[in-house]
Amino acid sequence: MTEEVKLMKGNEAIAHAAVRCGADGYFGYPITPQSEIMETLMELKPWETTGMVVLQAESEVAAINMVYGGAGTGKAVMTSSSSPGVSLKQEGISYIAGAELPCLIVNVMRGGPGLGTIQPSQADYFQAVKGGGHGDYRLITLAPASVQEMADFVALGFDLAFKYCNPAMILADGIIGQMMEKVVLPPFRPRRTEEEIRTQMPWAVQGKTAGRKRNVITSLELEPAKMEENNIRFQTKYKEIEKAEVRYEEIGCEDADYLIIAFGSMARICQKTIEMARAEGLKIGLLRPITLWPFPTDIISSYADKVKGMISVELNAGQMVEDVRLAVNGRVKVEHFGRLGGIVPTPDEVLDAIKQKLL
Amino acid sequence: MDINEIIKPENLVYDKPRLMNDNPMHYCPGCSHGVIHKLIAEVIDEMGMEEKTIGIAPVGCAVFAYNYIDIDWEEAAHGRAPAIATAIKRLNPEKMVFTYQGDGDLAAIGTAETIHACNRGENIVIVFVNNAIYGMTGGQMAPTTLEGMVTATCPYGRDVELNGYPLKISNLVAQLDGTCYVTRQSVHTAAAVKKAKKALRQAFENSMNKKGASLVEFVSTCNSGWKMSPDAANKWMEEHMFAKYPLGDLKNV
Amino acid sequence: MAKIKGAVVVNEERCKGCELCVVACPSDVLALNGKDVNNKGYHFVYMKNPDNCIGCASCGYVCPDGCIAVYKVKL
Repeated sequence: MTEEVKLMKGNEAIAHAAVRCGADGYFGYPITPQSEIMETLMELKPWETTGMVVLQAESEVAAINMVYGGAGTGKAVMTSSSSPGVSLKQEGISYIAGAELPCLIVNVMRGGPGLGTIQPSQADYFQAVKGGGHGDYRLITLAPASVQEMADFVALGFDLAFKYCNPAMILADGIIGQMMEKVVLPPFRPRRTEEEIRTQMPWAVQGKTAGRKRNVITSLELEPAKMEENNIRFQTKYKEIEKAEVRYEEIGCEDADYLIIAFGSMARICQKTIEMARAEGLKIGLLRPITLWPFPTDIISSYADKVKGMISVELNAGQMVEDVRLAVNGRVKVEHFGRLGGIVPTPDEVLDAIKQKLL
Repeated sequence: MDINEIIKPENLVYDKPRLMNDNPMHYCPGCSHGVIHKLIAEVIDEMGMEEKTIGIAPVGCAVFAYNYIDIDWEEAAHGRAPAIATAIKRLNPEKMVFTYQGDGDLAAIGTAETIHACNRGENIVIVFVNNAIYGMTGGQMAPTTLEGMVTATCPYGRDVELNGYPLKISNLVAQLDGTCYVTRQSVHTAAAVKKAKKALRQAFENSMNKKGASLVEFVSTCNSGWKMSPDAANKWMEEHMFAKYPLGDLKNV
Repeated sequence: MAKIKGAVVVNEERCKGCELCVVACPSDVLALNGKDVNNKGYHFVYMKNPDNCIGCASCGYVCPDGCIAVYKVKL
């Protein structure tokens, strides 16, 4: 069978992939630049085909709590939003993490703070990888750099979320959400049956059947010793994820004298930068974290003694650069270059910055 | 007649509901929550829906409702229960889904979720316990606190200039096209309890008959928060609460 | 006319002594034990006038803690 290649926006690819990967429900609220996700789902009418529920909620707060509700019943549920909306979702995300439920959250970032701008940005890095909501929790964070990855990371996000009973986030930005590229949509996989949910997710709230204790989904535990125990269990799980689920891409890193660390749309731009640099005889490599949490600390650390300098190029004032610096722990110079407020730098602008800051 | 001849299984006419477990309830002595819990447990059992019911517990005193009624539960963030119930019911339409919420939860922080779940006509039951105070957090003013009523955050009595008016949220909800049944009940006498149980049963049946959202408000006491004995709280409720929140059906279609 | 006789069994450990059942009883059957307390320190309810009980279960209906079982026989 030949692959079916389509041309579509990153946001649309997410919607198509959600239906195809057997998602049970989507709950969202419109906000630029990601509204095409829900629009596409509504147009696809998956409730008539796969049985997937799609609902426009009254707010981002309601939407994420719908996700919490649905996830508690063992269903594969998701929401999407953009930065200001994701801020509103933090309450629910913290509860989902605290109750150890799987779900997928898509953040197509725009510039902030506040209402900011509808133009692309990567300024929610801290919010995604350092917590965002209250409490000691972690969010599995995937950073797609193409429309193809927007499509592929839906199933990957769900798989990781269910594997670890933890919320997962696709952290994209307005460029990846809005740009059109060719994409091979993932193959259809059926939604889990009730029986599969019962056996694979014995914790799911499905109605207390005879012979088992009642299932309760909650993040509440007033006994401090037990609450600490819960937290230790979370942390053990996070360590496991850090060990097993780091994903990254290396382009031209083997012989590099300098390393760019960039994710998402910025990594795409930096691909051109390293081509231009190499044409000038400058050996620059690109290391693209695909998972922002867990962060590819080890691989970045391993380059600390091989390169003369690193630069973290981000659409923000310097967020991921902190994790790069933690990874190399002072062994090599680490600089940051970023544009703010929705401005996207050109490849040569990045090259100029590298020359200025590293050479 | 010897009492032991009366106390025989065949003569039993009333007992703790089967679905209410033996966990001691954390509620204060005389709290209305316990009676409402019993009614829910009885109705679910009588409908034979034990294996199909999912309850949404609130934040507030009833946060531990899941410890007492032996069904599956999800515990919601403050005010979000109707959103959670919405998704559970939409994703599992054959299940019987209800929320259990207090006045602060339902009529302050969760007003939007309440109004919109009702307006969408979600096939859920909202059990609304209105005791005009925040019980769990220590007796602060609720949206339904009566004018002049003293609470920890209106220590000189609710002043409408400062705090606005007591919110008759059930009347508001009754205006929405998505609701089929909105009723105000109480559990302060045996007669009221029997009536309230019928109302609850109807609400649960509505949800399974896909008639839309049903809201059963229980005008209740919080004798600790009101700083009264349970009996005095009931009398105060009859005199003051019922005047503002009169019992009876607000909507039944 | 058939005479009805009832009896109330109180789960003393669950009882919190709120007295709502005492108020609800139409026949003055129940009272709070003023002497003894249960493990939680509450005075609990007992049948002070057991002969008066008609098994109407009003006490049971209003009991918030589900501590009351009611039995009834027709004589």
